[in-house]
Amino acid sequence: MSQATLRVQKISGHAGSVPGDDAQREYAVCKLIDTTTCIGCKACEVACMEWNDLPFGQTVFDNTYQTMPETRWNYWNLILFNEHEKEDGSLMWLMRKNQCMHCADPGCLAACPSDGAIVQYTNGIVDFQQANCIGCGYCITGCPFDIPKMNPKTNRVFKCTLCADRVSEGLEPACIKSCPTGCLHFGSKEDMLDIAEKRAKQLREHFDFPSAGVYNPQGVGGTGVVYVLHDATKPELYGGLPSNPSIPWSVKLWKGPLKWLGNAAMLGGLIGLVVHYLRFGPKEREETIKEAHEGAEP
Amino acid sequence: MSQTDQAVPAGHVLRYNFKERITHWVAAGSYLYLLLTGLAFWSPWCFWIAVMLGGGQVSRMLHPWMGMVFAICVVIMYVLWASHMGLTENDKKWFKEVGYYVQNEDEKMPPAGRYNGGQKSLFWGFVVCMVLLVLSGTVLWFTESIPWSLRYLRYAAVLVHASSALLTIGLFLLHVYMGVFAERGALDSMVHGDVPLKFIKRYHPGWYEELTGQPASPKK
Repeated sequence: MSQATLRVQKISGHAGSVPGDDAQREYAVCKLIDTTTCIGCKACEVACMEWNDLPFGQTVFDNTYQTMPETRWNYWNLILFNEHEKEDGSLMWLMRKNQCMHCADPGCLAACPSDGAIVQYTNGIVDFQQANCIGCGYCITGCPFDIPKMNPKTNRVFKCTLCADRVSEGLEPACIKSCPTGCLHFGSKEDMLDIAEKRAKQLREHFDFPSAGVYNPQGVGGTGVVYVLHDATKPELYGGLPSNPSIPWSVKLWKGPLKWLGNAAMLGGLIGLVVHYLRFGPKEREETIKEAHEGAEP
Repeated sequence: MSQTDQAVPAGHVLRYNFKERITHWVAAGSYLYLLLTGLAFWSPWCFWIAVMLGGGQVSRMLHPWMGMVFAICVVIMYVLWASHMGLTENDKKWFKEVGYYVQNEDEKMPPAGRYNGGQKSLFWGFVVCMVLLVLSGTVLWFTESIPWSLRYLRYAAVLVHASSALLTIGLFLLHVYMGVFAERGALDSMVHGDVPLKFIKRYHPGWYEELTGQPASPKK
């Protein structure tokens, strides 16, 4: 979305090297979401809409406080509400701010065939460049979090940019700025993980959450958005957060071994035919055919 | 398909009538477009093809429609030719001896009929791949409409579409090589419709015997 002054380290559908790769000190940014202090006020939803100047759409009421069932191409930041019944029968409200996770190993980028439609900056932000998007929807297939959404009018895919435009100017993302409880933090990945681990430890030791922990799934190489969860052993409770997300194996197979096998087979087949022609040639040479076309009976 | 459909020179037989030829060439044209844009989506090293053909957006938009054109052509060709394409015992023998065919020692081959075992297999290969491509292609066409709970359809579709497309590329290369380079006169038959009896005698001795009642080659 943004044409931020950030250096690029990964490019989708790209042949050759990447300009920003290896050009900068590694400094991954990260958003920390502490679900245990989220009050579900939706200030982050509003701030996201405001800053990114997204057109409004109708909300969908489904007997919860949730604004709509899932994120949309023009609604990138959605708090998922789950009324969870604990083992002792008491209720507990689980609220999770859902948005792009900014994977270190992004499935969308791996699946994308269009040169430069998806980039990853050296600070870890995964950003869609709609000008280069061809609307094939492969990113939708590649994402383990169901995040990229297509604008049906323009056939281009949109999602959270982690406010790359703000971050490139040294500001924090709009959602962070708006959070009234301080459940959202932004900084270096290292710092955010440190704060997250300390908070999880606090929850385990001083509150009644023995399974509290940090969600930073390694199946996608870690994420640029990490959660502190009351119960890190059951992330599914938080609006279907996958417990062990990774790029779908069929996408990996398709973009990996199948691609190399296919390329080898196509090139090998072509070379084989040329070699066959040079070795054996046509079944009949020109002169025989010419004679045949004159209708000469054998 | 009778010989009365169009005038043919003396000593020639009509092999493909106008309907068959036009269907074949519409299929060929649409396949070529699908191949080029498909390769562009397949590998970053081929993405320039999409740029040459009007850009990635246009290629993505037209690819499925061209796929419909190709699929309809394959259906028509199925209706026209399927009755000729049943694999017989003779074709199985033909495949056993295919090594001789590859080395252009056709006289050692069991006599092929109107279509040889290879041609019949190519036909069935394209029919099966077309069905797989249409099914997986429909999923890819409407990816964003497929609910998250059915995402495995998407995962299957990317694999099936790519694999069956690769298969057709193999068939396509063989088909073009045989028709244009190896078997001189075959391309002519698909352009003009008629083939000389000599061509039939050389490449389809079984059919020659059917047509003329004479043996295609002297008994050894």
